[in-house]
Amino acid sequence: MSNRLSLQKLLQGLKHPSSDGFFRYGSLAFAGSVVAIIVLSLVVLVQGAFPALTKFGVSFLTGTNWDAATGFGALPYVLGTLLTALIAIAIGVPISVGIAIFLAEMAPDVIRVVVSNIVELLAAVPSIIYGLWGLYVLRIWVANYVQAPIQGSFGFLPIFSGTSYGLNFLTAGLILAIMIIPTIASISREVMVSVPTSQREAAYSVGATRWEVVRMSVLSYSRSGIFGAAILGLGRAIGETMAVTLVIGGATGAFALPTSLFKPGQTMATILVNQLSEAESGSLQLSALLGVGLVLFAIAFAINVVAQVLVWRVLKVQGGAVE
Amino acid sequence: MSNYSMRRFKDRLALWIGALCAVLAMIPLISILYEVVKNGASTINVDFLTAAPGVIGQAGGGIGPAIQGTLILVGLTIIIGVPLGVLSGIYLSEFGDNPVGRVIRFLNDVLAEFPSVVIGVVIFTLIVLTFRSFSVIAGALALSIIMLPIITRSTEESLKLVPNSIRDASMALGIRRWRTTLSVVLTTARSGVVTGILLAIARVAGESAPLVFTILGSQYFFSGLSSPMDALPLRIYRLALLPYPYAQAQGWGAALVLILMVLVVNIGVRWATRGRLYSRRSRP
Repeated sequence: MSNRLSLQKLLQGLKHPSSDGFFRYGSLAFAGSVVAIIVLSLVVLVQGAFPALTKFGVSFLTGTNWDAATGFGALPYVLGTLLTALIAIAIGVPISVGIAIFLAEMAPDVIRVVVSNIVELLAAVPSIIYGLWGLYVLRIWVANYVQAPIQGSFGFLPIFSGTSYGLNFLTAGLILAIMIIPTIASISREVMVSVPTSQREAAYSVGATRWEVVRMSVLSYSRSGIFGAAILGLGRAIGETMAVTLVIGGATGAFALPTSLFKPGQTMATILVNQLSEAESGSLQLSALLGVGLVLFAIAFAINVVAQVLVWRVLKVQGGAVE
Repeated sequence: MSNYSMRRFKDRLALWIGALCAVLAMIPLISILYEVVKNGASTINVDFLTAAPGVIGQAGGGIGPAIQGTLILVGLTIIIGVPLGVLSGIYLSEFGDNPVGRVIRFLNDVLAEFPSVVIGVVIFTLIVLTFRSFSVIAGALALSIIMLPIITRSTEESLKLVPNSIRDASMALGIRRWRTTLSVVLTTARSGVVTGILLAIARVAGESAPLVFTILGSQYFFSGLSSPMDALPLRIYRLALLPYPYAQAQGWGAALVLILMVLVVNIGVRWATRGRLYSRRSRP
């Protein structure tokens, strides 16, 4: 159906109100609220960030200072977000794909049901509880078993320097990895399940082992879907807030530049939590924080659009019935 | 080693690596549950569940206002978010097979994955700065926006499972489209719709980032829709920032209450719908 046709229908519906037309366009008004919310968010953030963006220009994205005297630059937080998200992806994606292959192609039925339920429950645990666990359990573990040995042997390298409390980029990246595994694993699994059986049978019929079937038929067929799932995980890692806030240490300004894995830092999301509610109304700091929110909005929007296109195309077109 | 036994070895190896990945992913969940129960159980008693927080720095007090706040917040969010989400889902399922519907469906999927902190920032700018006060209403609005796309999607997917023959049968009786949709289609898909709503509630009940700059948190019980309020996730966050041992114990106690609320809903829903296939992307 072309655009013009549906517009015509819309106008007709408005001209001849009936209870059905009213219901249809009434529910459209509700459904359209999604569009309104996204547009309104963009307008609100641009408007709020405008003073800081015009005052600092490009240096808002390249500057490292963060105080009223020397100006506001968001570079350390943008880099902090990227570094923690990359750590999360580097650790989370291989494990997730392993789980997906195991659940979709290899595991016996009983194990499949139990494991996939547990993995889904992992997705239901609130972020703040991951944060609490990260602060009191994971952080200690990282400090004792990861940081201490590495710093003991390679402490002279700048990328391993830092404090010994475990409040650092690595802990933040690790907790993000744990949090995005359920997302990536379950979507990758669905993508693999949606690979047509004929693909597998073709490989089996020439004598392939199960792993060869996975490698030749399943993985090559579902590559772009798995990529989409990873991007979706990246989006989650970039937006994840409370768990990271509690374990990343909360440095500001140039101190927050991610020059070492074991240094306290800050991400875009965490600086918002740490500072926004206390920023003075009308201040440049408030405007700069909204600028950080705008950058986060833009990155999250772009990532999610790409991920939706990739996952959506694979699941809707190839799979048909997704389940 | 012959070619065949090498291939067989690789096959076994892949199986064990896959199993290892699954075990690795389950360790955090088991550790979280273990720590929360171990550290939280001893804190919980009637006084802890009902009392207001004590003076900061001194042991005593509880999470009464936080539990009350979470219930109020979830109640308000349901009032705003559920009708909005269900009607949007109805549109997408029943009338959404056109370019307008596709655009809305796409943006809905994008919004569902959107960082909740950004939604909090938008509501902060729009409501809190405008009215110069942190408020319960602002918190409920933020959570409703988080809930909306989840419910829209699960409603749409549930309604699409209703066979067209049921719609045709109703229409053949001369019942109007809107009546058919609300009374016949929606009723048939009831359990799927309710499941989606419950999972969305469990998701927003655990949200904390948008609450930091909307309801702010408070030491007191509910005191009006236009003033700050406490909520469980927010209380856990504030307690985690305090350096005292009692605060750590109370944090674990509050975490146990929250995780019980969230997991009971999740496990309950999964148990009630076991055997039936549930839509892929309605997970929180």
